[in-house]
Amino acid sequence: MRTLYLQPAVTLAAALIAMPLAAAQDKRVDYQAELPKSPGVGESGYHVPPPHGDYPKGPFGEAVKRGEALFTDTQTNAGEYVGNGLNCANCHVDAGRLANSAPLWAAWVAYPAYRKKNDHVNSMEERIRGCFTYSMNAKGSKVGHAPEPGTPLLTDMEAYMYWLAKGAPTGEKLPGRGYPKLDKPPKPYSPERGAKVYADNCAICHGDTGQGRHTADGKGYVFPPLWGKDSFNWGAGMHRVNTAAAFIKANMPLGKPESLSLQDAWDVAAFVNHHDRPSDPREKGDLADTDAKFHKHQCYYGDKADGKVLGTGTGN
Amino acid sequence: MYKHTLTPVMLLIGGLTVTTAHAAPDGKDIAMKGAGGVPCQACHGLNGEGNEAGGYPRLAGMNAEYLAHQLKSFKNGSRKNPVMAPQAASLTDAQVKAVANYYAQLPVPVVQAPTPPAELMTAGESLARNGRWSDTIPACIQCHGPHGQGVDPYFPDIAGQHASYIAHQLKAWQSGQRSNDPNGLMAAVAKRLSDADIKAVAAYFASQPAAAGK
Repeated sequence: MRTLYLQPAVTLAAALIAMPLAAAQDKRVDYQAELPKSPGVGESGYHVPPPHGDYPKGPFGEAVKRGEALFTDTQTNAGEYVGNGLNCANCHVDAGRLANSAPLWAAWVAYPAYRKKNDHVNSMEERIRGCFTYSMNAKGSKVGHAPEPGTPLLTDMEAYMYWLAKGAPTGEKLPGRGYPKLDKPPKPYSPERGAKVYADNCAICHGDTGQGRHTADGKGYVFPPLWGKDSFNWGAGMHRVNTAAAFIKANMPLGKPESLSLQDAWDVAAFVNHHDRPSDPREKGDLADTDAKFHKHQCYYGDKADGKVLGTGTGN
Repeated sequence: MYKHTLTPVMLLIGGLTVTTAHAAPDGKDIAMKGAGGVPCQACHGLNGEGNEAGGYPRLAGMNAEYLAHQLKSFKNGSRKNPVMAPQAASLTDAQVKAVANYYAQLPVPVVQAPTPPAELMTAGESLARNGRWSDTIPACIQCHGPHGQGVDPYFPDIAGQHASYIAHQLKAWQSGQRSNDPNGLMAAVAKRLSDADIKAVAAYFASQPAAAGK
């Protein structure tokens, strides 16, 4: 599948190499001019979305613009549905464009899809609503739940995703989708070791106690909170140690991707997720039952930290 | 009743202030008259506004902890600067703190540069707001805040800073003359910027309003 998708780029490269040598040596004619790239595929083999700001004209372009603003400044533009201090673009880096940072273009061509998480086929809209429910902790928001199906802002977000995916093949598992799967760490991951990795590499931006950091006027977060009441809840994918480790290894610190060792990435992910955060919205009073039903993966839900059961939440 | 109750407290505060003034170095005094070296205001201006032509940064309204860290960096060589090194070397830790606090509390002067030509503005704004992730360049605002107005204490206010100074610093990170950024975060990004990028992004932030009333 992947080979098929890359084919046009390979063909173009072959054409370049096959150019007659004599022609290439003729200085008066620029035969060496770069051939146009095949639509949607960059040098890296990843899908290339349309350039920043190159919006389509008319009402659809307006929807794309609104959708982008919803992703990058979710706090301002969808604040009534957000029950923490996060923006979509905190985990979908470069406004959802960056490969290996859960790019939106790769998600767009993968839906509708069956998800084990809720055991049915999900539409793109339902998937976005899931992000609100868990990653954005909608239960702690002013409205108290994710936007209802058909809410215009969901359409705007889908318009933005659709635009980013222009030229990408529907139904393909695109290179760069999600976060890259990490190898197992050499030693079992450890929150205790992770505390040092965190202090050395993460606290500068995310704060000594994972609280994030605000703008100089204190009005909003610049660096997102990683645990505690203003972070994602216990149902968000990022609370899984493996997911967080994969995100961190490929993207953190900003501007220094792949700088942490495999062991450090796992350890610091374990440390970050070994703290309490807003409760799992699926929990209806029986944490052990929720643990058994929904948390059979690499996470600390239901475990103890500092004598307290993790998952009891932060009151929102 | 209320007034009478407060009076002894006010007297106490008044007494304390006088004592403190004698014990600690006076930041304003250092700024205006110097402390063995050239007074700060000779280059950074009477109001800490800096100077575009000389490449001297605005100090007024910058975070105190950030400013103190810079002076210590000149002392320990993690910022190599032949003009500032001897100045910083002449200051005690207490004087560093005092002069940093003095500049931090000064009102932010309007030093905003005129809007640069459209092409420069567009290129600068794009780097500032979007970065260029194909070259692993994050957006400036991802660390310096949505308007470049800083995230205290590690990420300085770069809005309304002089373009000549911003450009010079980015080049200092590239060359290694400056290496006092936490975790080498700025150096990593600066090394991926072209000369044209630096010119554009410096012009863009110089034209933006500095944080007011911090």
